[in-house]
Amino acid sequence: MTILVIAEHDNVALKSATLNTLAAAQQIGGDIELLVAGYNCQAVADAAAAIPAVTKVLLADNAAYEHELAENMSKLIVALVSGHSHILAPATTNGKNYLPRVAALLDVNQLSDVTAVESADTFQRPIYAGNAIATVKTDDVVKLLTIRGTAFDAVVAEGGSAAIEAVSEVCDNSNVRFVKEELAKSDRPELTTASVVVAGGRGMGNTENFDMLYGLADKMGAAVGASRAAVDAGFVPNDLQVGQTGKVVAPDLYIAVGISGAIQHLAGMKDSKVIVAINKDEEAPIFSVADYGLVADLFEALPELSAQI
Amino acid sequence: MKILVPVKRVIDYNVKVRVKSDNSDVDLANVKMAMNPFCEIAVEQAVRLKEAGIASEVIVVSMGDKSCQEQIRTALALGADRGIQVETETAPDSLSAAKLLKALVQEEQPQLVIMGKQSIDTDNNQTGQMLAALLDYPQGTFVSEMSVENDKVQITREIDGGLQTLELDLPAIVTVDLRLNDPRYASLPNIMKAKRKPLAVKTPADLGVELNNKVTLVAVNPPAERQAGVKVASVSELVDKLKNEAKVL
Ligand SMILES: Cc1cc2nc3c(=O)[nH]c(=O)nc-3n(C[C@H](O)[C@H](O)[C@H](O)COP(=O)(O)OP(=O)(O)OC[C@H]3O[C@@H](n4cnc5c(N)ncnc54)[C@H](O)[C@@H]3O)c2cc1C
Ligand SMILES: Nc1ncnc2c1ncn2[C@@H]1O[C@H](COP(=O)(O)O)[C@@H](O)[C@H]1O
Repeated sequence: MTILVIAEHDNVALKSATLNTLAAAQQIGGDIELLVAGYNCQAVADAAAAIPAVTKVLLADNAAYEHELAENMSKLIVALVSGHSHILAPATTNGKNYLPRVAALLDVNQLSDVTAVESADTFQRPIYAGNAIATVKTDDVVKLLTIRGTAFDAVVAEGGSAAIEAVSEVCDNSNVRFVKEELAKSDRPELTTASVVVAGGRGMGNTENFDMLYGLADKMGAAVGASRAAVDAGFVPNDLQVGQTGKVVAPDLYIAVGISGAIQHLAGMKDSKVIVAINKDEEAPIFSVADYGLVADLFEALPELSAQI
Repeated sequence: MKILVPVKRVIDYNVKVRVKSDNSDVDLANVKMAMNPFCEIAVEQAVRLKEAGIASEVIVVSMGDKSCQEQIRTALALGADRGIQVETETAPDSLSAAKLLKALVQEEQPQLVIMGKQSIDTDNNQTGQMLAALLDYPQGTFVSEMSVENDKVQITREIDGGLQTLELDLPAIVTVDLRLNDPRYASLPNIMKAKRKPLAVKTPADLGVELNNKVTLVAVNPPAERQAGVKVASVSELVDKLKNEAKVL
């Protein structure tokens, strides 16, 4: 059995979601090949080759893959599928973009956001915003899975020396063109892998007040997250949204400030180890998942918390 | 130009679903159902393109048993022109849905298919991408902004790192995210008018599609319950507990 894992990267560095996806592949068992598709991404392939869990790195380095457009990625992956029992991609916006295309081209279904491996054909995944966990068995000839990173501990990244094999296949669709990207720049840890996340909701009131959260986050070495309401209101950019349709996080400590705790928000953070909620409404549903709840006005509690940490 | 909008009937987003005691599935008996929220946004976008004179006709399609006609009528009340129900026993899996939609696209020849990025029941986030692949069309997924010009659509996507803008040649598939628009409410006169708009019923056989899903649902379980927590009286007590009890500081 050989599993093909698709690497998550930005042409410069390998993203940690790859390591979680490799952990899921290891639980399935067998040889693991890691595809790095990008442009001028030799450094990523080198990092990939150092991962002991990886048997072989496939490197498709071509301008056609620079932005990992789904149209091109899916055709490339289909060209490489022969001999593979499973294809795994991280359940990032990237993986979610191209892997269903691969599935359709192979005439198989895809299991999205897999959180547990029971056997080589049986997996668990959350449904209904995480209010139920489905165990599903797939009899498809090739099994396609996107992997929820927070559900698998990253594999070791150093110490291996896998061979790197160049892939010459070029898939370049002319009916789609990259225009631009506006990527958030931040010195804070990445939201999905941070060990502490402080998140703000509508209760924060405006963009300026979010500075209090950024200040607290910087003191704690934390990432900042937000509810949909805070993003919709324009307090913070979209990449901070945590929830059913945003990012899923499971840090050691999640501090929810001025967030009511709608099921869609809980879906993205209720697997955090310790949850703190600060909310002035003692009936707020967030308190039902919080280990420590503080009923207080956040404008008083936040400065106090910052001072004491 | 024609726009096709697939809308799915799902549990209302406010309802917290429960797992059946025999763990065979979730319990949907007597649960409030509604149009998938992302599909509402897709309908709104299509109707706005019609109001702007860019689209000539908006066709909505839902796949499922007869009850999904309710969501088709809702979409018609919101401004869509006609509806198609594809009669299946239960809502089809994503690959089957994509195959049925492909057949409809070939019949209707829309220039744009606008659909939800994700169903809030299965949380699959697949159908649009699959449809695009089956048709070899370009796709814009997780779209928070779009503008149609001549034979192209420019879309902005919400991605993990921020925003990405792509240009797609038409025909294309677009899947919408939450911030694309705020859907309107249907007015009573429009709800009445919608009752007279055409609604065709087709079967998968009419569309030449054979459904065959190789994924089986083995069991459905409730998620791990969190232990009930405590309320703390002050920030100092909170900091103390985090340091000495939870040991996360
Ligand atoms: C299809 C769909 C998908 C969705 N996906 C997501 C998602 O991925 N993520 C997400 O977060 N939401 C999502 N939502 C939205 C979700 O349903 C809620 O609307 C949203 O989470 C509410 O955000 P909030 O808690 O910040 O705002 P509110 O519900 O308005 O809560 C604000 C809270 O702040 C408290 N507060 C106000 N002022 C203060 C103060 N001075 N001090 C202390 N507390 C204060 C209030 O008591 C209240 O509890 C989705 C909704 C739909 C329909
Ligand atoms: N049974 C269905 N009827 C109509 N549209 C559907 C159906 N299933 C999926 N879709 C469309 O596909 C989108 C994404 O669904 P999914 O891939 O299941 O998460 C939905 O928002 C709908 O637009």
